[in-house]
Amino acid sequence: MENLIEVIGAGMRFIMEQERTDTLKEYLVKLVRRNLKYTGFTALKDVSFSVRRGDSVALIGQNGSGKSTMLKLIAGVMEPTSGSVRVRGSIAPLIELSAGFDVDLTGRENVFLNGALLGYKRPYMERIYDEIVDFAELHEFIDVPVRSYSSGMIARLGFSIATHVQSDILVVDEVLAVGDYNFQQKCYRRMEEMLDTGRTLLFVSHDAEQVKRLCRRAVWLDHGMLMRDGPSDQVCDAYLDWMQKREAQ
Amino acid sequence: MGFLHEVRMTFKYVHLIVELVKRDLKLKYRRSFLGYFWSLLNPLMMMTVMMIIFSYMFRFEIENYPLYLICGQTIFNFFNESTTRAMYAVLENSTLLKKVYVPKCVFPLSRVLSCFVSMALSLLAVVIVMLVTRVQLHWSMLLFFIPLIYLLLFASGVGMITSSLAVKFQDVLHLYNIVTMVWMYATPIFYPIEAVPENVARFIRLNPLYIIVNIFRELMLYGRIPPLGSWLLGAAMSVAMFLIGALVFDRLRKDFIYYI
Repeated sequence: MENLIEVIGAGMRFIMEQERTDTLKEYLVKLVRRNLKYTGFTALKDVSFSVRRGDSVALIGQNGSGKSTMLKLIAGVMEPTSGSVRVRGSIAPLIELSAGFDVDLTGRENVFLNGALLGYKRPYMERIYDEIVDFAELHEFIDVPVRSYSSGMIARLGFSIATHVQSDILVVDEVLAVGDYNFQQKCYRRMEEMLDTGRTLLFVSHDAEQVKRLCRRAVWLDHGMLMRDGPSDQVCDAYLDWMQKREAQ
Repeated sequence: MGFLHEVRMTFKYVHLIVELVKRDLKLKYRRSFLGYFWSLLNPLMMMTVMMIIFSYMFRFEIENYPLYLICGQTIFNFFNESTTRAMYAVLENSTLLKKVYVPKCVFPLSRVLSCFVSMALSLLAVVIVMLVTRVQLHWSMLLFFIPLIYLLLFASGVGMITSSLAVKFQDVLHLYNIVTMVWMYATPIFYPIEAVPENVARFIRLNPLYIIVNIFRELMLYGRIPPLGSWLLGAAMSVAMFLIGALVFDRLRKDFIYYI
């Protein structure tokens, strides 16, 4: 099976200006004084792993472990400062609540806007439109501005769009916390179905149970470094052990 | 990723630009009773107010002053509105830019384009003024779209600069108002260029917006086709500004993610 995602020795070092220069004046003053000091912060350090087509991989780790940075590199919104991240095929990220939706537009209009943001043209979105609305169970509300949706309704619509477009890779970033129990279960079933049809899943979570249920493999990051990469139950158990030990200390 | 890759991706995302333009236009007119009609009414009302002020307070010897005014005003207002709206484009879409890859220039460009569509609709106001003031119709008027294309290129270039600078230096948001105000006074919109002393007029003639306004007026107001030199100068300046804008944007876009 071909590798859809290949992360080779990826490192990400943020350059943080010691005191952020937000204004032109500060910037110029510092530039003149040759006082632009930078400090570095390493978010990822020499991380390598790959994801094959049809795989389901979880990224786990505590807050600040580098999961989100890794995700941004894979999504292509950032480039690594060292090493390389190569992605073949299209990615559909589950866009978080506020980001991909325009609250003044109706649900229907947002489906097309969201689709366009993910790179899909209108005729294609029209073909899958009914399926999206069916899954999100939003028939009565689809022509109402999203402003009046509950957060659960927006999450349903977002999830439905991201999982119905034919992307090669679905990226799910702990958004399943919203939505009620029934919908969560529906989402899991949907993701399992997608995996059965050979789509690829990249799942970011710190909930070990969710990870074990959905993913065959897990990649554990801590402080920007790869701790372990292997079958999800083994990696999750090791992660939980490690967490307990740290707590005991 | 290099400049050329980004250009290719922008072409691949043309459909997104279309969707964003549609959204802008829908939202602009959605909750107003008169809807699109405002694009027509607004310039007419503005022109009337300015006409009253300037024909009583300052008297300029200009034939068909209403048309003179509305031609300049339509073009400058578009420039002002589009570049100002473009300035906020990247900042306002920051949450999205952290999540999904899209060529970032689609945001400023789509805003300039949606303003351009509104402006095209308000051209009907220019036509109305032409009919009311009984301007003689000429075939040359059919060339009206060429200065508007210059204008679109020019505004897109400036819009890419304002939107990318605003991410790094928020000062730009405050400063740009002043820039456009000075720019407006440096563009003969309500006064004739002859009213300015020659040593200043020399610079005004190099103002790209004036060059564009002038071509537009020559066509619409005087029924003349401007000399080749004006066409070439206008084209060169617009294309140059577009390219400069694209290069500045490309240089700065890589840092967006650290600021948004």
